Amino acid sequence: MTRLHSFHGGIHPLTHKKESTQSPIMSAPLPAQLIVPFRQHAGEAAKPVVQVGEYVLKGQLIGEPVGMISSSVHAPTSGTITAIEMQQIAHPSALPDLCATLVPDGKDEWGVRQPLSYRQLSSDELQKHLRRCGIVGLGGAAFPSDMKLSHPVVVNTLVINGAECEPYITCDDMLMRERAEGIVRGIEILRHALGTDSVLIGIEDNKPQAIAAMQRAVDDSSHPFKVVAVPTLYPGGSAKHLIKVLTGVEVPSGKLPTDVGVQCYNVATAYTVHRAVEHGEPLVSRIVTVTGNVEQPRNYEALIGTPFSELVALSVPKADTNRYIMGGPMMGVELPAVNVPLVKASNCVIAASDALFPPPPAPMPCIRCTRCAQVCPVELQPQELYWFAQSHNFGKAQEYDLFDCIECGACAYVCPSNIPLVQYYRYAKSEIRARDLEKRAADLARERHEFRQFRIEREKQEKAERLAQKERAAAEAKAATAATVVATQVDPTADADDTQQMRIDAALARAKEQAAAAMPKNTEALTPEQRAEIEAIEARRAHIHELAADAGADDEPPKHSQGN
Amino acid sequence: MLSSPFITRPLTVDRIMLRVLYALLPGITLYVWYFGPAILLSIALAVTAALATEALMLKLRDRPVRPFLADYSALLTGVLIALSIPPLAPWWLPVVGTAFAIAVAKHLYGGLGSNPFNPAMIGYAVLIISFPQEMTQWLSPQGVGQHMLSLGDQLRYVFSGVLPVGMQLDALTMSTPLDTMKTQLHLGMPMSDIRDLPIYGRLAGKGSEMVAAGFALGGIYLLIARIIPWQLPLAFLGTLFALSGVFNLINPAHYAPPLFHWFSGAAMIGAFFILTDPITSPTTAKGRIAFGIGAGLLTFLIRAYGGFPDGVAFATILMNMCVPLIDAWTQPRIFGKKKGSER
Repeated sequence: MTRLHSFHGGIHPLTHKKESTQSPIMSAPLPAQLIVPFRQHAGEAAKPVVQVGEYVLKGQLIGEPVGMISSSVHAPTSGTITAIEMQQIAHPSALPDLCATLVPDGKDEWGVRQPLSYRQLSSDELQKHLRRCGIVGLGGAAFPSDMKLSHPVVVNTLVINGAECEPYITCDDMLMRERAEGIVRGIEILRHALGTDSVLIGIEDNKPQAIAAMQRAVDDSSHPFKVVAVPTLYPGGSAKHLIKVLTGVEVPSGKLPTDVGVQCYNVATAYTVHRAVEHGEPLVSRIVTVTGNVEQPRNYEALIGTPFSELVALSVPKADTNRYIMGGPMMGVELPAVNVPLVKASNCVIAASDALFPPPPAPMPCIRCTRCAQVCPVELQPQELYWFAQSHNFGKAQEYDLFDCIECGACAYVCPSNIPLVQYYRYAKSEIRARDLEKRAADLARERHEFRQFRIEREKQEKAERLAQKERAAAEAKAATAATVVATQVDPTADADDTQQMRIDAALARAKEQAAAAMPKNTEALTPEQRAEIEAIEARRAHIHELAADAGADDEPPKHSQGN
Repeated sequence: MLSSPFITRPLTVDRIMLRVLYALLPGITLYVWYFGPAILLSIALAVTAALATEALMLKLRDRPVRPFLADYSALLTGVLIALSIPPLAPWWLPVVGTAFAIAVAKHLYGGLGSNPFNPAMIGYAVLIISFPQEMTQWLSPQGVGQHMLSLGDQLRYVFSGVLPVGMQLDALTMSTPLDTMKTQLHLGMPMSDIRDLPIYGRLAGKGSEMVAAGFALGGIYLLIARIIPWQLPLAFLGTLFALSGVFNLINPAHYAPPLFHWFSGAAMIGAFFILTDPITSPTTAKGRIAFGIGAGLLTFLIRAYGGFPDGVAFATILMNMCVPLIDAWTQPRIFGKKKGSER
């Protein structure tokens, strides 16, 4: 038996999982149209590779990955692409994103599927295949799964996350009950690629049927995987917390599980890996729970891009339903509209009413009771973070590890003053990010300004130098001309051919003049005008010397008095 | 649009405060049993003053009155002040103390959640400094004083200062067991003789030791119900016990034994109901231990060497001042951050 560890805090909200586990997973019918966003994963959005009007087969690539962290997007069924445009998606911001609209032809005809034998695949090849098949983490973050194989570090333990700790959500539970064999095959593929021996499958102990099914599938496969029942405690399904419970290892703050030799995949991800490798099927559908204020809560296998409204209609929402939540009640987001499409990360949609999720009473002041700190799984001091966020003391908030907050909502769940704590943390995080961006922009602007100042200064200097040089050259040329006139009596009307010779002569004269300057002046060769000029210059110099001497004498006494 | 979490199941502020009030009931019941119903009158006066002042201050600060009055925090402050002043004190004493506590110590600092000092203890401190005379008229417990006043007599005395014919105030009141001990020790009476005085019972003051036990009982309920953290009362009572124990061992003639300290004055109510006020105490486990130790140390020092017979109120206020520092210095390590790194 695996020795289990524990983490600090956590809560026991009512699970409400029974409602949606009474009936088996049902295949959702083909909707009239599918809306497939090109950004369904963490990282860069996929780039459309189909044209409007193009006929596509099921599983055909319609969006290819861009950059390192990105993934592919495929046609969920066969049909015609009728639009590629900005549409509303399942994001609380209600901002539109680029989506392809696909009108199914009803044949649901697969394109080319390329099953592979994983034993012959290198980790590298598998990685490419997963990227091609658009496999992303189905636990919620939708991180491209191929990236998790690309770490050159050693992975000693593969943790498979079947905890499903959030209330209401049962899609992983039902998947494990009904398709344990596929999951186990997927796990084996991942294990093979990572080259690990130890595989721990963590499932919360409120899912005995899933645990039994997984155990059976593991036994049948004769792989040495361990199915471990972990205590039901929210948020035990957070990857880092499940790793702590199963292995006792605490993933350091800001590090990845692989840094401590552990890699973690969700059970549903493992299942899609199996479908992608052994059936050649890209990720075009998923299991989604429809529950809450509906007549028939259950799980559906639905195509990516199916509008939520179609799924919800299948479960018949009750009359007082007034909003929909994607995800669970602890971390989910309210849908901006019910007709937005299902994406790879959508594990659950909850029909909500004011009776089911009563709006919280008006918040009261924080009384520092620290019930939030008692339940915080990251061992933060939520009451301090709240105080700092509220007073815009963002530096302090960062110092108190704001960015380690996983926004699980346990603090707000227990807050006696009904303070929407998570909202404060989200606000503080986004403010800090925005300020960082601003600061970076400001730094750049300052650098540019400083460089401009420097450049202007440099240009000025260069100009001054050039000017000085020019003046010097002009003066020398003048002197040289005069000298040559005297020395050689060159005809000033000499033609252009002689210019070169004149220049050489001038240079020679300049050299001679310089030599003369170094020597006692030979005043005999000077014209009377020149002599007069020299005298005038000498007189001016003498006058300047006098003035300077006077000034110096004036300056001296105070200098001395200042000295000591 | 709301955001997650969409479900909450909190133990709300009002329910927390209500449980604290319930936990005071055993102590109050024993108070009435040993000292007569006068305390109920004090409580009524203080609570009325507390709620009226709270409502007025909320109005002045343009805050919603109803939700804040319904959180029972002002009510609790009133009850705690009533319990810390003599029941026979003139009517305006609990009123002034409570009004000051609520208006100045609570609302001028920003109201519920923002006050750095325990309002009840500030109220008490203001009264003992401003009206020392009125603050010493403690009722004698049953069987010690020569008379017991009826509730009607008490009402009349509290509001008009007139006692029934033939009764002397001195015959009804006494100084507290802690006060008496301090005075007698000062006069050179050895501890053993002092303890033989009729006002003393088995552990501490007759009657008052039982009231303290009642508060301890309520405190244990609060601990079990996880309304208060265990570190504060444990560190406070532990420190008080250890210090008084050491001094009592060295010089038993001059220093009272640990249990006397525990069951005298405000030690028990302080340990479970005053120091544990979440707003004015540290938020970290280590910080709470430090806070409790500091308060225990100061209480003992004030009792043994200070100018006031009891030290819980001043110890609390002094330690309240240290809370931001204690919190800043005792931040625990978070998940994924090893000890000593970063901070």
